[in-house]
Amino acid sequence: MPSTLPDGDPAPPDGSLPASALASLGDRALGFYVHVPFCASRCGYCDFNTYTARELGGGASQLSYVDTAIAEVRLAAHVLGPDAPPLETVFFGGGTPTLLPSEHLAAILGEVRDRLGFASDAEITTEANPESVTARSLHRLRQAGFTRISLGMQSAREHVLGVLDRRHTPGRAAAAVAEARAAGFEHINLDLIYGTPGETAEDWQASLDAAIEANPDHVSAYALIVEDGTALARRVARGEIPAPDDDVLADYYEQADVALAQAGYLWYEVANWSAGRSARSRHNELYWTGADWWGIGPGAHSHVGGVRWWNVKHPAAYAGLVEAGRSPAHAREVLGPQARRTEQIMLGLRLRDGLSVSLLSAAGRRAAEEAVGYGLLSRVEHLGGRAVLTLRGRLLADAVVRSLLD
Amino acid sequence: MSVTTTGHTDPTMIRNFCIIAHIDHGKSTLADRMLEITGVVEGRNMRAQYLDRMDIERERGITIKSQNVRLPWTGENGGSYVLNMIDTPGHVDFTYEVSRSLAACEGAVLLVDSAQGIEAQTLANLYLALENDLQVIPVLNKIDLPAAQPERYAEEIAHVLGCEPDDILRVSGKTGQGVRELLHRVVRDIPAPVGDPTAPSRAMIFDSVYDIYRGVITYIRVFDGRISARERIRMMSTLGTHELLEIGVISPEPVPVETLGVGEVGYLITGVKDVRQSRVGDTITNERQPASTPLGGYRDPRPMVYSGLYPIDGSEYPLLRDALDRLQLNDAALDYEPETSTALGFGFRCGFLGLLHLEIVRERLEREFDLSLISTAPNVVYRVELDDGGERVVTNPTDWPTGKIGTVYEPVVSAMLIAPSEYTGTIMELCQSRRGSLKGMDYLSEARVELRYTLPLGEIIFDFFDALKSRTRGYASLDYEEAGEAPSDLVKVDILLQGEAVDAFSAIVHRDKAYSYGVAMTAKLRELIPRQQFEVPIQAAIGSRVIARETIRAIRKDVLAKCYGGDITRKRKLLEKQKEGKRRMKMVGRVEVPQEAFVAALSTSDNPNRK
Repeated sequence: MPSTLPDGDPAPPDGSLPASALASLGDRALGFYVHVPFCASRCGYCDFNTYTARELGGGASQLSYVDTAIAEVRLAAHVLGPDAPPLETVFFGGGTPTLLPSEHLAAILGEVRDRLGFASDAEITTEANPESVTARSLHRLRQAGFTRISLGMQSAREHVLGVLDRRHTPGRAAAAVAEARAAGFEHINLDLIYGTPGETAEDWQASLDAAIEANPDHVSAYALIVEDGTALARRVARGEIPAPDDDVLADYYEQADVALAQAGYLWYEVANWSAGRSARSRHNELYWTGADWWGIGPGAHSHVGGVRWWNVKHPAAYAGLVEAGRSPAHAREVLGPQARRTEQIMLGLRLRDGLSVSLLSAAGRRAAEEAVGYGLLSRVEHLGGRAVLTLRGRLLADAVVRSLLD
Repeated sequence: MSVTTTGHTDPTMIRNFCIIAHIDHGKSTLADRMLEITGVVEGRNMRAQYLDRMDIERERGITIKSQNVRLPWTGENGGSYVLNMIDTPGHVDFTYEVSRSLAACEGAVLLVDSAQGIEAQTLANLYLALENDLQVIPVLNKIDLPAAQPERYAEEIAHVLGCEPDDILRVSGKTGQGVRELLHRVVRDIPAPVGDPTAPSRAMIFDSVYDIYRGVITYIRVFDGRISARERIRMMSTLGTHELLEIGVISPEPVPVETLGVGEVGYLITGVKDVRQSRVGDTITNERQPASTPLGGYRDPRPMVYSGLYPIDGSEYPLLRDALDRLQLNDAALDYEPETSTALGFGFRCGFLGLLHLEIVRERLEREFDLSLISTAPNVVYRVELDDGGERVVTNPTDWPTGKIGTVYEPVVSAMLIAPSEYTGTIMELCQSRRGSLKGMDYLSEARVELRYTLPLGEIIFDFFDALKSRTRGYASLDYEEAGEAPSDLVKVDILLQGEAVDAFSAIVHRDKAYSYGVAMTAKLRELIPRQQFEVPIQAAIGSRVIARETIRAIRKDVLAKCYGGDITRKRKLLEKQKEGKRRMKMVGRVEVPQEAFVAALSTSDNPNRK
């Protein structure tokens, strides 16, 4: 079961935004997110808003999705209006975007470009599973305008991929990286998961080594989380496999940070490493810096000028609303100054760039000083007026955030 | 409504008695039957009357105790008698109150369930009655029950009282069988009260109840002289003087009368609002012509067990204070003063008559005042002789002297345990493990045994009753009374978090048990306290000597794996919730301890704090 949406205020049926939100449009970078809610099969650990053909039943097919998505692109262009700045980034995520025919992805992307426009150096990313792309399809995606690809490698070990229900073979991700490079993609990311039940430190090292060997310019590494309602959670509850141990996850994180740093990948967000500043995911940076983006698709979240909203989750419900000419938004929230500050601290602290200590309350500043004393925040950066996590601090980021929010 | 309302009866026509019985042995049913048979309440109205009474309490604003009741009775000789039935509180913590009720009577009905036999509490109260020279009428109740074994238990009672099994009346409170005969026996066997009608008045308070409409209602038994409506009276121990607003008798409703004479039982109302101004055991006399000496036996209520009571939600502290103020109006034995705990915040150090008194008070605070409370491990009162010749009375482990300690004295009790004889070994083991010493043993019958022990009170308030019940499958009964103090090798065990003592967990224990207490408490806290950003040692120590140690390892990972566009709102809401949770954290030095950890540590099964 995909995870549930947050509670919020009702969203207007026409998708309109308060004038205050639109007024500052252009002060910040604007991005675009396209959610593709389909997968060939559901992985046991996954709680994302995605559906297999079997789960979906009637009412919303993968093949008609292109038309629905295009309709919401038009709604977005209408609501944002003619004064919206050109898009700095576009991101196709899922689900498995590459499960759709390349021409459908191209058609959606073309509509986004026609309606909203791209900045000259726009970053256009799609996620993909290693087994869902070929040299040819990658070539077509590149031709359609995609500049960056993010591949779900997860592990280089067969038994780990097996527990995760991933369908690709251990060597496939590296091969896909080579094919993407040959197709002309400027930026390539590999996603890794650590802490899968049965994964040893040696297994994890082998995955890190294989990822580094494939030579992408960006690596994301995520601790496996046993999300409620997933098949994995049920297996853990039945005692078939052990739950990941936090101390082991911490070890593996440190192991990853060392291996990646040695290979020239430096952290710039708690779970993200890049080969230099230019290889960072600019789209994800929009999320972390409070910039604007419109997300289309079932369950997609958006943020424009202090208003966050999220679409209805189910593809059939989504298609019904969009086809009736209504906003697919399920609910929204208008952030007050307090909530904005909380988000700024919560997101900013996860970044290598950190956040300015001047954003903190007096108590928060005292907590920051203490955190420096405990070795959780960098002493050097703190002298320069910034709160930046140390390696140990990254592993305790949530605790540091809570203390800084005092 | 009846002839009982005239007041001032010839003492030779009065019989004052109480009923001694174990819970569930049928005292209330027998009392109801007596009300019916004496015509105080008509049979067909019995049930309705009983319910009405509750309404009357509310409407008329007077608290009626059905068992403090005056019954008219025509004796076998045709004489018109007045029988005063006096209630006795039914618990071990209230031995003093029971003794005062007994002191108001000349006789007692010993009521025993003919399917259960005599129980420890009954036997203890029987001994009290015999000490007070009461005439005892033994009665077997519930003879209508299929499981009744009147022959067997008649033997048992005869053995205890030294009478003949045939002398023991057999009644059924339920059917009324034998109740008339019992009332005739009360008239025949129990002596009439004797007093000097011309002497200055003396009346003993045997119960005192706060009523929200009328203030304190005081139940008295007149010994000498007479008490008249509207006179001024004096309480001979507390020295308070009061105008009488009303005097009367209960039959079964309150009926005002003009005078109460020698031997009579009734109530009086003075308008005082606090039962501490009208104390059980005190002697009432006329202010202008006072008696020179009070009736004997008065004692200030003295707390035997102390515990800290804290609101789980710190903001409820003022509510707790108001609630305790209110309860104290009706509970002269409840004692409390403000206390601050680093672990638990603001609360009260409360003194109780015993563990059950503690539990009753706590339950009333939670039920009637809607408070959520945490109570610290109860402790008794210790007397510590210091090496420098000084002395300190310790009611709170935090007040334990830190310097050189000479001898420590702890309160001890004489306990009586009654159980089927097959459990004798089990009970002896238990008492031995609680530092008890056997004082005697008697077979009540072939199948049942009475064991007498001296035990430290501090051991009894440590889940003794639970242990006894579970080891004897509920068949054992226990009663105890204070028996002075005894020297003991006691130490204070502190529990330290990161070197800082957590006051709520300090305990006074026997030296032989200090280690196991320390090990159990540190292990429990290690489970309950979440990992912190640094390693937290948990130690148990006697003074500066560490006797047990556990370590909570530092938490290494507290970070969400990923945080992208769709995660932000949820993550922020989670943070806001965690911040709320943080407000409920108590800081012990640098260590954040959730309130729930304290609650759990103080209330798990191997903790004395449980029922």
